[in-house]
Amino acid sequence: MATAKSTSSKGASKSPSTDLLKLYRDMLLIRRFEEKAGQLYGMGLIGGFCHLYIGQEAVVVGLTAATRPGDSFITSYRDHGHMLAAGMDPKGVMAELTGRVGGYSKGKGGSMHMFSREKGFFGGHGIVAAQVPLGTGLAFGHKYREDQGVCLCFLGDGAVNQGQVYESFNMAALWKLPVIYVIENNRYGMGTSVERASASSTELHRRGDAYGIPGIAVDGMNVLEVEKAGRKWIAHAREGKGPVVLEMKTYRYRGHSMSDPAKYRTKEEVSKVRAEHDPIDTLAKLILDGKAASEDQLKEIDREVKEICTNASDFAQASPLPEAKELFTDILVGI
Amino acid sequence: MPIQILMPALSPTMTEGKLARWLKAEGDKIKSGDVLAEIETDKATMEMEAADDGILGRILVQGGSEGVKVNTPIGLILAEGEDKSALEAVAAPVAAKAPAEPVPVPVPVPAVVSPAPAAPQPQQKAYTGPTKRQTVREALRDAMAEEMRCDPNVFLMGEEVGQYQGAYKVSQGLLDEFGPKRVIDTPITEMGFAGLGVGAAFGGLRPIVEFMTFNFSMQAIDQIVNSASKTLYMSGGQQTCPIVFRGPNGAASRVAAQHSQCYASWYAHCPGMKVVAPWSGMDAKGLLKSAIRDPNPVIFLENEMMYGQSFDVPEDADFTLPIGLARIERAGGDVTITAFSRMVGVALEAAEALAKEGIEAEVINLLSLRPLDSAAIIESVKKTNRLVTVEEGWPFAGIGAEIAALVMDQAFDWLDAPVNRVTGEDVPMPYAANLEKLALPDVPKIVAAAKAVCYRGQK
Ligand SMILES: Cc1ncc(C[n+]2csc(CCOP(=O)(O)OP(=O)(O)O)c2C)c(N)n1
Ligand SMILES: [Mg+2]
Repeated sequence: MATAKSTSSKGASKSPSTDLLKLYRDMLLIRRFEEKAGQLYGMGLIGGFCHLYIGQEAVVVGLTAATRPGDSFITSYRDHGHMLAAGMDPKGVMAELTGRVGGYSKGKGGSMHMFSREKGFFGGHGIVAAQVPLGTGLAFGHKYREDQGVCLCFLGDGAVNQGQVYESFNMAALWKLPVIYVIENNRYGMGTSVERASASSTELHRRGDAYGIPGIAVDGMNVLEVEKAGRKWIAHAREGKGPVVLEMKTYRYRGHSMSDPAKYRTKEEVSKVRAEHDPIDTLAKLILDGKAASEDQLKEIDREVKEICTNASDFAQASPLPEAKELFTDILVGI
Repeated sequence: MPIQILMPALSPTMTEGKLARWLKAEGDKIKSGDVLAEIETDKATMEMEAADDGILGRILVQGGSEGVKVNTPIGLILAEGEDKSALEAVAAPVAAKAPAEPVPVPVPVPAVVSPAPAAPQPQQKAYTGPTKRQTVREALRDAMAEEMRCDPNVFLMGEEVGQYQGAYKVSQGLLDEFGPKRVIDTPITEMGFAGLGVGAAFGGLRPIVEFMTFNFSMQAIDQIVNSASKTLYMSGGQQTCPIVFRGPNGAASRVAAQHSQCYASWYAHCPGMKVVAPWSGMDAKGLLKSAIRDPNPVIFLENEMMYGQSFDVPEDADFTLPIGLARIERAGGDVTITAFSRMVGVALEAAEALAKEGIEAEVINLLSLRPLDSAAIIESVKKTNRLVTVEEGWPFAGIGAEIAALVMDQAFDWLDAPVNRVTGEDVPMPYAANLEKLALPDVPKIVAAAKAVCYRGQK
C-alpha cells in the first residue's frame, strides 16, 4: 500500500518553475473576491447560501498551478475559489452570485452552480459528494478519448463519509482512471468537527487504502507544499497509474455559509490559525525574506487585485436581472 | 472619501437587527478581516468583519441599538492618510442600488404545465420500408449497435452487460463487436456508475447506462434528477448531458414488491429530461435510437415481459421515432384508451373484446411520457368524449392522474363522463400468483372501465 507520510515541513523547496508572485496574486484574488462577496451578501445583494473559501486558498491555487490546459475541475458548493483559479472571469462569477444575467449561468445557478466548459470547470454541485462520481466520469472521459487530461475532483472532510465516494474510488482504481481526489479537510462539515464525524479522522488520506489508491496528507496552508504534491501526483495520474487521494489539511476562517454563527469552535482557534498559518501571509513572508519581491511590489499586486474585485462587484450590481422568459429556457436542449 | 460601513444582512431572511456592540472604538486602526461589531439577528449573534483597511473614523449607530435596518450606514472608515475633516464631507447614505428590473414581458406558458389548446398535430408517421421479424430484445440490441457504429462516443455500461451478454440478454454480441472499452461491465454500484455516466456525458461522451432493472435506479436517483436533469438549467444552457438510462421497468413476474414497480410517473415528474416507454419492437428500436442521439438525458423504460415478444421491425438503419409523439394503434369513435409499454398490448386486447359488444375504442400508445403528446390525447377525446387511462403504476399522482388533469384543462366541455383510471392497485406487489394478478391491470378491468365511461352496465 502506497500511503506516503505527511509532508508538513514548512517552506518547502520550490520547484524551479514555481512563480511565487503568481501564486501570491492568485491566492490574494480569491481572498479579496470572497471578502467582496461577503460584503455584497451583507448588503443583501447576494441571497441564499454563500460559502466562502477564505483560509483555503492555497489548496486550489497550488494544485491548479500543477495542472495544464485540458485538465478538468469539479467541486462542491464552496466553489468560488476553484472558478477563479481555473481562470474564470471574476465579473461573471460575481454576477452569478447576485443572480444577474451577466453571471455564468445567467443568474439561474447561483453561488453553488456555475460551469465553464471553456475552462474545464464542471461545477459547482450542491449535493454533498455528488461531484465525486461525476469527477470520476470526467476522468473516464479523459481516458476514453486518450486526451491525456486529468480530473481534479474536490470534496470536503464531511463529504468523505458518503457511500458514493467509495463507489467512485473502487471504479477509479479498477479502471485506473486519471483522477485526483482532493479532500479539503478544513476540520468541519458545517458544525460537526471531523473528529465527531469520521472514524480515523486524522487519516482521511487513507480512505482509499482498501482500493490500493495512494493517499498523501499535505499541509494545505502552504501553497508550495500543495504545488509540489500536485506536480508529483498529477503526473502519476497522467501516466496512467490510476487515481490518487490528496488530503489537504486546511482551515476555513468564515462560517460554513454566511448565516453560520460558528458556535462550534472558539475564536481563539480561528485567530491562532490566522496568525500562524495563513497561506497568504506565509507566502508573503517567504517572498520578502527571499527577496523575490519588495513590499511595494506586493502592495501593487494587492491594489491590482482589489481593483479586479471592485470591477467585478460593480459589474455584478449593474448587470440586469434575467428576463422573465428565462424561467422557461435551458430546460432541455433544443426546446 | 471615507468608506461607509453598512448594517449587514447576516442571513438569507434578515431585514433588520440589533447592533449589539462595537468591538472597535473611534480612532482605532482596522484591517480587513478584523471583527468590528456584534450583530444580533433573529437567529443568532454574529460577528461583523471589516472589508477594508483604515481607521474607524466615526460611529454613526451606537452599540445597543435595536431594529437597525439592513444597509443603514453605521460607521465611517477613513483610508490611510485621510484627514478627519473628510468625515464632514459624507453625504447621504449610498445604499445598494436595487437591480434593474427588466421590462415585464408576458411570461410564455410552458408546454408541460398547461399546453396550448391542441392544434391538429402530426402523429407518428407510418413506416412503409422493409421490416424483419424480431424480438424486442433484438430490436434494442440492434438500435444500440447501429448507433455505436455511427458514433464512437457512444458506449454502454452496466452490470453484466458485457461478458454475461446482459442480465436479460439485451446486449448480446455487443462486447464481441465493440470490445471492453465500449461495453463496460461495472461493479454493483448504481449510484457510482450513474454518476460516472453523467460526468462522462458532461465531458462530451454519450453513455448508455443500463440498470439491470429500474428498481435499482433508486440507488442512483439523486444523480439522475439532481445531476443529470438540472445541470443544463443551472448552467444557463452551457452544460449539456446527453445520456440514456435504460432497463426493464414495471412488473416482471412473481418477483414481489422490491422487483416490480413502475417508475414512469417518478421520472416524468421531473423537468430537464425525457421519459419514453416503448411497446413494440419498432417502438423499441426507433425510440432507443432517438434517445441515444438526443442531446438531453433520456429515461428509457423497457419491460421484461416484452423482451421475448416478436414484431415486424424496420430494417432501415436511419429509421427513428421522434420523441414526444404518440401513435394511434387502433382507431375508434366511442372511447379513448391511453396506455404505454406492455399495457398497450393489453389495451388492444380489451378493445377487441369491447368491439364484440359494440364499443369501438381508440387505443393511443403514448410512447413518450415527457414530453407527453397532449395534442393526440385531446384530439381523440374530442372525438370520443370518453377517456380511460391504463398504467401498471400506482394511482396516486400517476400518469393517469396527470392525463385526467390535462383533459379537465383542455377538453372539459367535450367530456361525456368522468375520466376513468385503470392502474396497478395501491399496494406493494404481492408474490402469490393470484394476488399478483389481482394487483395489475388486465383486459376485464379495462373493459369494465370503458363500459363505465360509456354508461353501459356489466352484463
Ligand atoms: C447530500 C447532502 N446532505 C446534506 C447537505 C447539507 N450540507 C451542505 S454542506 C454540508 C457540510 C459539508 O461539509 P464538508 O464536506 O466538510 O465541506 P465544507 O463545507 O467544509 O467545504 C452539509 C451537511 C447537502 N448539501 N447534501
Ligand atoms: Mg469541511
